[in-house]
Amino acid sequence: MSAPGTPTTTRVPPGWAEGEPDATSASEATGDLFAGHRAPVVRHLLSIADLGGDGIAEVMRLSDAFAEVAERPIPKVPALRGRTVATVFMEPSTRTRLSFETAAKRLSADVMTFTASTSAAVKGESLRDTVETIDAMGIDAMVIRHHASGAPLRVTDWVGASVINAGDGTHEHPTQALLDCYTIREALTQRRDGEVPADFKGLRIAIVGDIKHSRVARSNVLAFTALGAEVVLVAPPTLMPASLEGWPVTATGDLDATLAELDVVYLLRIQSERLGEVLLPSLDEYHWRYGLTRARADALRKEALVMHPGPMIRGVEISPEVADLPASLVTRQVRNGVVVRMAVLFHLLGSGVI
Amino acid sequence: MARRNAPTQIGVIVIRGGTLVDESGERRGDVLVRDGRIVAVEDAIEVPKGATVLDAGGCVVAPGLVDLHAHLREPGGEIAETVESGSRAAALGGYTAVVAMPNTEPAIDSAAAARDVLALGETALAEIAVAGAITVGRRGERLVPMAELAALGVRLFTDDGRGVQHAGLMRRALEYASGLGVVLAQHCEDEQLAAGGHMHEGAWSSRLGIAGMPALAEEAMLARDLALVRLTGAPMHFLHLSTAGAIEMIKSAKADGLDVTAEVTPHHLALCDAAVASFDPVYKVKPPLRTARDVAALRAGVVEGVVDAIATDHAPHAPERKDDPFDEAPAGMLGLETALAVAYGALCAGAGEPAAGDDHGWVPRGGGAPLSMRDLFALFSWRPARIAGLDRDARGSRGSLSAQGGPIRPGAGGNLAVFDPSLQWVVDPSRLASRSRNTPYGGLRLTGKIRHTVFAGAVVVRDGAALR
Repeated sequence: MSAPGTPTTTRVPPGWAEGEPDATSASEATGDLFAGHRAPVVRHLLSIADLGGDGIAEVMRLSDAFAEVAERPIPKVPALRGRTVATVFMEPSTRTRLSFETAAKRLSADVMTFTASTSAAVKGESLRDTVETIDAMGIDAMVIRHHASGAPLRVTDWVGASVINAGDGTHEHPTQALLDCYTIREALTQRRDGEVPADFKGLRIAIVGDIKHSRVARSNVLAFTALGAEVVLVAPPTLMPASLEGWPVTATGDLDATLAELDVVYLLRIQSERLGEVLLPSLDEYHWRYGLTRARADALRKEALVMHPGPMIRGVEISPEVADLPASLVTRQVRNGVVVRMAVLFHLLGSGVI
Repeated sequence: MARRNAPTQIGVIVIRGGTLVDESGERRGDVLVRDGRIVAVEDAIEVPKGATVLDAGGCVVAPGLVDLHAHLREPGGEIAETVESGSRAAALGGYTAVVAMPNTEPAIDSAAAARDVLALGETALAEIAVAGAITVGRRGERLVPMAELAALGVRLFTDDGRGVQHAGLMRRALEYASGLGVVLAQHCEDEQLAAGGHMHEGAWSSRLGIAGMPALAEEAMLARDLALVRLTGAPMHFLHLSTAGAIEMIKSAKADGLDVTAEVTPHHLALCDAAVASFDPVYKVKPPLRTARDVAALRAGVVEGVVDAIATDHAPHAPERKDDPFDEAPAGMLGLETALAVAYGALCAGAGEPAAGDDHGWVPRGGGAPLSMRDLFALFSWRPARIAGLDRDARGSRGSLSAQGGPIRPGAGGNLAVFDPSLQWVVDPSRLASRSRNTPYGGLRLTGKIRHTVFAGAVVVRDGAALR
């Protein structure tokens, strides 16, 4: 109960509250390909908070299995044969859509594609009518990208299918965070001669850029901290969220002061519309203050990793020569997108039988 | 004229066994209404032959409620509400008078437009007063013909839905209005500071990734207007204030003797921005639901008397519009049928609060000082009646409309609400009288309900059901 005269609500979305991440299942990530796959506790993946530390570890374990599948001469398994996955993209993103569709096809699912440019949305049909119509065709999962925060959560009220958030407004992009975790885990594993890290404890990760408008940042803060990493957000005050209350992070405007302590530098895309909103003086000024230049790359520890969710604008977030350094994991992030999305689809829809 | 009479079947009514609450206090008594007026108030009234008897046992009998702020959507938004459906919702909520906001399509910015809405009000279930716009088309460029509208009885002027952004124009509006006996009312929202926002800017907007409207957007315009009131001496009314800072500013303006009044809404007294975690646009409203701390400050402002009125900001929207994503859905929520119960739960000791865990963003009352029944009805009835100029009998060609807001005594108007403070009910959006369904309280168990409403000497609601 609250103190007299000071009523408060203490409701915090799951994942944002203080709490020890539980990554025990990550340490069990060995054995038969899909043995021990647990029934998912959620039907939908809307937020990293839906998975928590355990769920992330489970997706990582499944991703290992699908990475092995990807190495086969015929990189396809019948795990979701007879199932139908619809991709519903109300905001253009060919990369993410193709990544999901490839993942679904490698699981032998049937794929339906719905994009805003070819769709009823341009004729004025509401989101509700659109998704109800697609759901009525008999689908098992709906992968949705929407320009409005929270749209996938609303869709769960209207459809019977499992809903997977492929990026909603400035809210979350959970599969991006999962593939980022998988990519870090893979890099650490290689560095440790094949020993898979149980979690991210002891890692210090900086997320740099437009935190305020980034769904990638919100999902990655939840994911990295759920796995035990320490996260520092780096941005000018105009690109920080108005409040970081409840965020298990530290924040700074000074990139240079943080560089020497970092294990991972995660750069976010800067969109030019932020200039019109007077959040930045210019892209050159941003590059001068926050761009990963050669000098800043040299100030990093030798083993530090550089990541970017793409599409990357060379000369703004990162200098061209830094983008191609071995420390850069950008192409690995893209490749891992398919196996992690296979893992997510299997986690939500699969029966455990391949 | 701004006030019209509804042709109703006026008979003899006895309201029996209730506790009478008006400005003079609380007492037990029966009320006899005949020919549109209260004719007797006594301990026990013998029922005349043919009289309608309304049982008020265990209930509060109060002057009918007066809403300073309702969007009845007619003309132009009839898909969401009409004067008739809105007035039925009002009657069910205990209201006997409603000020219809002018952000219709077209806006109420001319005598002709005002006359149209007043004509629609003639057959309504409550008195329909209209507010006029401050600027033509609510575009913030030219003043409406205020004197002509004032001659029709229009008392409140506002561009509500928007604030008047241009400080120089607002100054001229206040100067021009002086001496017309009218009050300018502001929707305080600096559109440059609020730009692009859909909810309160704070911890929740940051987590949810929804663009925020800072408290400052409200407080900056309020500060500007208080300075203009100081300069011009014109009275002002402030609509739906929602922040702790705004309440402090009104408190200090009143201490300085400025001629200002302020209203708050039931939803800003009950709900906080945590509700938006559902991304359900039913919680999207302007000004936005604020923090639990702001809710506590509003409640304290009400209890301390800083706030003059509770007004609904009843804002119907057709169901399909509230199926849009949060960013795209229109702002506004229904209020007329739930206002008294929500405020009672949020402010009064002994009122059953909705059970904890209900996912509506309801802020628990905690240990704040409770409001008395008399003070609750003051905020819902006689104080808003005075702000709207409805506290006097209408005269001349306006027919027989009598004063709103009490008192309950022989000779006063037959406008009464009978409230059962112990009745529990669950809000069912599909059963509301409004044409729209956008109540944030759907499924919530509220305590306290209007049992009967008497408007202009006729029973319009009996045992919780509208009679037409």
